[in-house]
Amino acid sequence: MLAGMTANVVFGLLRVAILAAALKAANGEIADYDIAATNTYVWIGQGLLGFVLLWGTNELAERVRSGDVVVDLYRPWHLQSAMLAQDVGRGGFAFLTRLAPPMVFGMLLFPFQFPPSPVRWPLFLVSAVVALVVSFACRFLIDASAFWLLDNRGLYGFWNVTSGLLCGLTVPVSFFPEWARDVLWMTPFPALMQAPIDIFLGHGDPLRILLYQVFWAVALLLAGHLVLRRAVRKVVVQGG
Amino acid sequence: MIEVRELRREFKVATSKGLRRNYKTVTAVDGVTFDVRAGEAVGYVGPNGAGKSTTIKMLTGILVPTSGHLVVGGVDPSKQRRDLARRIGVVFGQRSQLWWDLPLKDSFDLLRSIYRVSAQDYRARLDECVELLGLQETLLTPVRQLSLGQRMRGEITAALLHAPELLVLDEPTIGLDLESKERLREFLADINTRRGTTLLLTTHDLDDIERLCPRLMVIDHGRVLADGPLDELRAEVTPDRELVIDLREPGPAPDVPGVTAVRSEANGLRHHLTFRRAETTAAQLITRVVRQVEVHDLAVVEPEIDDVIRKLYQRQLDQDVRR
Repeated sequence: MLAGMTANVVFGLLRVAILAAALKAANGEIADYDIAATNTYVWIGQGLLGFVLLWGTNELAERVRSGDVVVDLYRPWHLQSAMLAQDVGRGGFAFLTRLAPPMVFGMLLFPFQFPPSPVRWPLFLVSAVVALVVSFACRFLIDASAFWLLDNRGLYGFWNVTSGLLCGLTVPVSFFPEWARDVLWMTPFPALMQAPIDIFLGHGDPLRILLYQVFWAVALLLAGHLVLRRAVRKVVVQGG
Repeated sequence: MIEVRELRREFKVATSKGLRRNYKTVTAVDGVTFDVRAGEAVGYVGPNGAGKSTTIKMLTGILVPTSGHLVVGGVDPSKQRRDLARRIGVVFGQRSQLWWDLPLKDSFDLLRSIYRVSAQDYRARLDECVELLGLQETLLTPVRQLSLGQRMRGEITAALLHAPELLVLDEPTIGLDLESKERLREFLADINTRRGTTLLLTTHDLDDIERLCPRLMVIDHGRVLADGPLDELRAEVTPDRELVIDLREPGPAPDVPGVTAVRSEANGLRHHLTFRRAETTAAQLITRVVRQVEVHDLAVVEPEIDDVIRKLYQRQLDQDVRR
């Protein structure tokens, strides 16, 4: 836990340094990010990374591969809901150990841009929780692909490489050219990270952003539910 | 409790050759029919790949049958999987339903919530299992540190916390030492007779069947080869029994009517006399034998259950060849 926190903060420092250098080269401002907004963006992003768990464990896929998934399937529960509950529980712990520490660290030691109005604090929290649900729903779909692919490590790796770039972790989505920005906001990716950051920084209409996130959370959970149902009807359960 | 009619399940299996990929259909379960009444204890045996686990996955609602009729506890398993899951317990000998990193007790607490068992019932059932299975000292140990025997006892407890009407066990004694096996069997027999829990178990260990299951079902290539009480199957498939006599002094085997084959060992000190159970009784034979020779000790040997099952497979094989 302590090691995770330290790594998280060190990577935050690196990202701050790189983005600050970029800002300097661009005369102190890129899109709607000045130095305080950039610092804030980095430290919230570092916190959200562990909270929404962008890069999960692929555990279900492993269980599909080994056949252990039979145990999950015969329990009197809805597997997806049970796993979501588990992930939200994990999020509660990660809030204390992963989300709060880097944010506090950034607030104390760097120029920090606080939300323009106090109501954005609770909205930010709600948005972060919805981001966690969207992240879970995406990971669940990737996991569930193992029912067909048996080995989904390729897809999983692809997700790990692309999601960080597309969700606003590597650079803010608003750094992209306009057409790319518009395309991205039609995908669920910014709902994973850029959405709560925008709400915190006062970029855009918070209610619209929340609505966009909730839409994707519901749509992806529904997709996962259907995929699981189909998987159970159609697919081989591995092993004797 | 279980009603199965003409149950079939096919799988598509990929057969890759270079870049081409073909699929062939494999029938894992091919028209299985049987009933299990409440309170019965049934052994379900067959070689690897016979279709045992596939049948069990269908009975528990995890797999949907390709065709056939299937009712467990009054419901269609795959359609009402969750309702059914609350009423049956399943133990897979090769899988674990416990949480690897949590103490045994925490796994049980979680299962209590998942199955919505009242605190009172939970206490009573847990105490009973802990006592009978001797789990007192392992309750607070993380599952990853348990021995296989301890873990299996934990698995069985986990499957019984919601007092299921039917307990399905898929190779529950696999990998256990003799003492652990015996302890599990004793416990399962007790659950079956005292609580009336219906047992259905697959196994490769035929002692499990001998100790636990008055009724035996033999399956191979997805079909039921035999179904009935162990004794009857034995009589039907292996008509021979054996009388083993130890003589006081080494000598030739006694020549008595009714004996179909003789095998001698220990320089004529011991003789195995084979006879047909339908034609001669053991008592008749013994009377005739003791008239001829001085017997030190004797025993009537029933064919081993392995023999019974091997003969069943053989019989099926012969039929298939003839067809």
